[in-house]
Amino acid sequence: MKYVDEFHDAASARRLAAAIAARTTRPWTLMEICGGQTHSLLRHGIDQMLPEAITLLHGPGCPVCVTPAMAIDQAIAIAATPGVILCSFGDMLRVPGEADSLLTAKAHGADVRMVYSPLDAVALAAARPEREVVFFAVGFETTAPASAIAVLQAERLGLRNFSLLVAHVLVPPAIEALLAAPDNRVQGFLAAGHVCTVMGDGEYGPIARRHGVPIVVTGFEPLDLLGGILACVDALEAGRATVANAYGRSVRAGGNAPAQAAIRQVFTVVPRTWRGLGEIPASGLALAPAYAEFDAERRFPAAPAVAARASPCISGEILRGRRKPEACPAFATACTPEHPLGPTMVSSEGACAAYHRYRRPVAA
Amino acid sequence: MSGIVCPLPATAEGCIELGHGGGGALTHRLIAGLFRPAFGVSTHPPGEMSPHASAGAPRHDVSGAPLHDLSGAPLHDFSGAPLHDGATLAVGGSRLAFTTDSFVVTPLEFPGGDIGALAVIGTVNDLAMCGARPLSLSAGFILEEGLEIALLRRLAGSMGRAAAAAGVGIVTGDTKVVERGKGDGLYISTAGVGLIPPGVAIGPHFVRPGDAVLVSGDIGRHGIAIMAAREGLGFESPIASDMANLAPAVDALHAAGVAVHCLRDLTRGGLATALVEIATAAGVEVQVDAAAVAVSEPVRGACEILGLDPWYVANEGRMVAFVPAAEAARALAVLRAHPGGADASVIGRVTAAAGPGRVCAATIGGARVLDMLSGEQLPRIC
Repeated sequence: MKYVDEFHDAASARRLAAAIAARTTRPWTLMEICGGQTHSLLRHGIDQMLPEAITLLHGPGCPVCVTPAMAIDQAIAIAATPGVILCSFGDMLRVPGEADSLLTAKAHGADVRMVYSPLDAVALAAARPEREVVFFAVGFETTAPASAIAVLQAERLGLRNFSLLVAHVLVPPAIEALLAAPDNRVQGFLAAGHVCTVMGDGEYGPIARRHGVPIVVTGFEPLDLLGGILACVDALEAGRATVANAYGRSVRAGGNAPAQAAIRQVFTVVPRTWRGLGEIPASGLALAPAYAEFDAERRFPAAPAVAARASPCISGEILRGRRKPEACPAFATACTPEHPLGPTMVSSEGACAAYHRYRRPVAA
Repeated sequence: MSGIVCPLPATAEGCIELGHGGGGALTHRLIAGLFRPAFGVSTHPPGEMSPHASAGAPRHDVSGAPLHDLSGAPLHDFSGAPLHDGATLAVGGSRLAFTTDSFVVTPLEFPGGDIGALAVIGTVNDLAMCGARPLSLSAGFILEEGLEIALLRRLAGSMGRAAAAAGVGIVTGDTKVVERGKGDGLYISTAGVGLIPPGVAIGPHFVRPGDAVLVSGDIGRHGIAIMAAREGLGFESPIASDMANLAPAVDALHAAGVAVHCLRDLTRGGLATALVEIATAAGVEVQVDAAAVAVSEPVRGACEILGLDPWYVANEGRMVAFVPAAEAARALAVLRAHPGGADASVIGRVTAAAGPGRVCAATIGGARVLDMLSGEQLPRIC
């Protein structure tokens, strides 16, 4: 398949791995931001091709992982309201809040539906005027434009029964927060290619300069990842704290201007609590005052606080790159993809789910 | 939580979730932890033949007959005998294969098939996976009030045609109607019996180190076709279900003298789950070459977009076959000569007997162990 097969070539992968090994003269710790990158690294065994001196830490770029439990509990409470249809992306439905997940709520009778696009939720609202349709809007700059367009579409259609529960987050402030932490170990970043496809790479230059770290915009296929790692190691060895784009076939410097315009029109930047990371200033999106009528938090009462279940889950440590999934005593024992104790065991982007799928120890 | 009523008392065990029907780890847990104990079935050591194989009289009791599948996934074996697609019953001097299946697909008609033909073909395939020649089917219909008669007529016609093409009779049945809102238009539940020819012995416990592993064609079409039809995804290239009767291919393997060790049709849970099930039941290590498995361009494209792994996507006309290495080339030629089999391939081999069993796939950077599907495969977010 075009744009996929040529980035899976094993011989080219070995050449890139050899180039990384040749360029590496001392230990370096890199972090890939996006959970999609984490899964691809493990799925294709890329981490096993790297020299010992290179350590990869897995970043917080898993949208369902960083969505705070409180937001999930709010979504569950809204879903439990008679007459409501709550829609979200498939992955989001399995993530537990403080206690339950949206799928559990669905099994208990709530009308929870998986959609592929927020526009599907708008179409549902148009088709079912007697129901309140709420879209649980999660994700990074990648999904925010679609949420924004859904709101604009609902406004155009004059829908009164459509609203968003917004939990969108922004990547650059999270990188900034990780770098500012006193125990930060990350020396170079692989930035999330798809986020940069939307936003461009302009936000990363100031971060790279302020913190003295190279940031390489990186894709998701095996050769993309190896190319990104090589560029990052090269910058580290040369002492360059700059931004490079190793995903040129998708990312333009300015990004996708219409998508950015939609985000700016519909949303406003707010402080946001990240699961595992805590509150980060200016790291989230909320509906702008002009679109407040579409805000589910104004339409529905705040959910009562749900008591957290005692849990050995260390997903907060994992999302900050401080520990690896295998370091968790619950990993693959009490916590499995069927019964996740924390968000990182869910989803095609969670780090624990990646380790469970691709690195689970199996007795020979 | 107001407005939510759980039909079961809220216990630590919770409720049935959709994932329990996904054919993966949750389904297995339900069988092992709930059905088997409830039916008072003892567990037999792996590798032992089913207890009924030596029985002289017809056995229709639950304890002797591994019941098959509530979800469309293979291996609902309640008996503790080696997990397989259906039960084998010794009747007089003959061996009957006995299986049951239920069909709850939405939409009722989809590109490449419909629920009626699927009910026939799915049941026939389960019999074929036991090495049996399918004989007769039963069909139970649960109809929802309001279902259009014209649609039911179309679906019944499709069933009849599929049965005639497969050479089986639909010889008994049952009809119930439930109130509007209590069913998706139509559910079909089937049972099937078939005759196992003398000398045919198929099942995970016959898998041996050295066996070649074949897949009978490209994978993932059915699951993507259903998802596209259900969600109105509107892919550029329309994808039709791979739904097909596998019995002729199994017959042809036998006619060509291939000593087939194990067969499994790839339904929910896909290729990966089927391989893990067989490796686990047989206690062997299977090494597969991911690149050898054919996935059509439209299916690969859809999976890329949705973040799905085609190895876990459902099929309804594909199977894996474990055959002796020396017969792999002959088996491959037979499979490729069948409709839909142009992309059949040898995808790996059984390398060793290995305790709990596992499946390893070569990757660019090393090897990884394949897992069963956990819950439902859900599309990723970005």
